[in-house]
Amino acid sequence: MNTILNMKDIVKTYRMGDEEQRVLNEINFNVEQGEFVTILGPSGSGKSTLMNIIGCLDVPTSGNYDLNGNDVAHMDEETLSEVRNREIGFIFQQFQLLPRLSALDNVELPLIYAGVSEKERKQRAKAMLEKVGLGTKLKNKPNQLSGGQQQRVAIARALITQPTILLADEPTGALDQKTGVQIMELFQELHAEGKTIVMITHDEKIARHGSRIVKILDGTLTEYRQEDEQHG
Amino acid sequence: MDTMFKESVKMSWQNIIHNKMRSFLTILGVLIGVTAIIALISIVQGVTDNITGEVMKMGANKITVQIAGTPLKQGLTQTDINEIAQIENLKGVSPTVSGQTSIVYNGEVMEEVAVQGNNDVHFANSDELLETGRPITIVDVESKNRVCLIGQDVVKELFPAESPINKEIIINGVTHTIIGTLQKSSGFSASSPDQSVVVPYTTAMSLIGTGYVPALDIYVEDEALAPETTAEVESALLTAFNYNEDGFRIVNMQNILDTVEQMTGTMSMLLAGIAAISLVVGGIGIMNMMLVTVTERTTEIGLRKALGAKPGTIQLQFVLEALFLSLFGGILGLICGIFISFVGTMAIGVEFTLVGYSIPLALGFSAVIGLAFGYAPAKKASRLNPIDALRSV
Ligand SMILES: Nc1ncnc2c1ncn2[C@@H]1O[C@H](COP(=O)(O)OP(=O)(O)OP(=O)(O)O)[C@@H](O)[C@H]1O
Ligand SMILES: [Mg+2]
Repeated sequence: MNTILNMKDIVKTYRMGDEEQRVLNEINFNVEQGEFVTILGPSGSGKSTLMNIIGCLDVPTSGNYDLNGNDVAHMDEETLSEVRNREIGFIFQQFQLLPRLSALDNVELPLIYAGVSEKERKQRAKAMLEKVGLGTKLKNKPNQLSGGQQQRVAIARALITQPTILLADEPTGALDQKTGVQIMELFQELHAEGKTIVMITHDEKIARHGSRIVKILDGTLTEYRQEDEQHG
Repeated sequence: MDTMFKESVKMSWQNIIHNKMRSFLTILGVLIGVTAIIALISIVQGVTDNITGEVMKMGANKITVQIAGTPLKQGLTQTDINEIAQIENLKGVSPTVSGQTSIVYNGEVMEEVAVQGNNDVHFANSDELLETGRPITIVDVESKNRVCLIGQDVVKELFPAESPINKEIIINGVTHTIIGTLQKSSGFSASSPDQSVVVPYTTAMSLIGTGYVPALDIYVEDEALAPETTAEVESALLTAFNYNEDGFRIVNMQNILDTVEQMTGTMSMLLAGIAAISLVVGGIGIMNMMLVTVTERTTEIGLRKALGAKPGTIQLQFVLEALFLSLFGGILGLICGIFISFVGTMAIGVEFTLVGYSIPLALGFSAVIGLAFGYAPAKKASRLNPIDALRSV
């Protein structure tokens, strides 16, 4: 198997006045191609901080991070933008669609920053929306779509650049249970197609949809083992 | 990069369109500033052209000499005039003698009529003098002929129903034959020729009872040599007045033109300065609006960055937005300014001229304002941290 994400001794500290708070504590984390990994942890454990570093929105205080051959821990903002565009497909809890744009235009966005021509953008965005089951809602604005449909648009947007990793932070957090399960089924379909997914959640039931679970507690990462389940 | 620029243009434009009312209020400052600049430039230019035109009509090739006289000598004698007429590069010298008297025709009296003495040169150098009949000739001057031309008010008053030509009128008690009539005045010259009679200047001198000529119009052949000719005229006059500089005054049309242009130039600069201040105020309005926009769209900016927008791309988008706002204000201001100057020049009664450089000036100015005042908000947007931005929901 092919390791596409490799984190070694990642530390993130925040400085609050005189105090230094270590939010991520020497994290070692690998993801192989085609894995569906879920990161499970309670509130305040450092999940979002980790996700920001995985997603190249932030750089670690120390440690090494290699994403598909990019030495991300030591990049400037300009290059990080390119890496995000090329390697990462974000899926957020609050969908983060632009309210003034149609579903199609929202899905096109990452391709604009990749410098793809308008004609090709339209074609690819349309195909991607059809794939997530929204072929009839291309022109709808986000406020003309249900929550589940909005999250599907966001997933289409994340997939459009064919990124190395799909990175989802609580993707079902804003949805009711039934819709949440449907979104998880879509994730599993994508996983079956061979997509690499990293999902962050505090909900153990949701976490079980993944092929591998890692737990995070107070900034420390541990592999999920059978006995954890029995204790919990 | 090309795709990105096109998309940035589109995004900026969509945002402006989305907030129509707010965008309009924002550009109002620039709009008013540009309107003021265009209107002021056009109106000042119109007035300047008008004044210059009037002065030119009086003749840039004309040197006017006004004689104040000295206690010993109240004016120029015929000998002095003959002396000046010898100077090179002259088309001719036209002495002017003026007075006021009453005239009588057929028992009807007209009071307070200006009597002006001129010669053939005076008529030869202006085709806007003679209406009907013939002008004064050199023979009339040399033989002190009792002939005259009359202005339009005099025609209306004394000859309402008949032709005045060859009729005899009494000027200051002496009978004169009317040889012609004068054109109606354009209304801009200081002394109206409508209420006057023109006689040979030699005749006027004996009518008024003076041996001196109080004013000369000297016509120059080659305008380029006017300064040299003026100097020679001055030296001849100094000789005539025994080197007393207070005896006379030389008025050169070119000097008047220079003064007029200097005055209007200073005025334009002053007005343009005021207009520029209003443009800066407009720019601050745009900056304010852009800062609000950036704050409002923090999440959007964060998301765009997460999806791969570079700081430069975000900055470009917001700078373009400010530029479009400002340019749009500039274009509307240009239209309003042209309209106002059209109405304004019409109201003052001068000709409307669209000054060529005012269009690039207005557009250039508003573009610079947009770029200058859009830069800081755009920079702020480009520096937003995507993590903070996305969390702000
Ligand atoms: N910018 C920051 N400055 C200082 N402290 C921060 C900052 N961001 C996060 N933290 C701290 O780091 C810790 C982990 O935060 P994080 O957002 O990663 O938690 P989380 O696991 O995502 O929680 P939740 O499930 O509630 O979203 C918290 O104690 C938080 O206060
Ligand atoms: Mg979180």
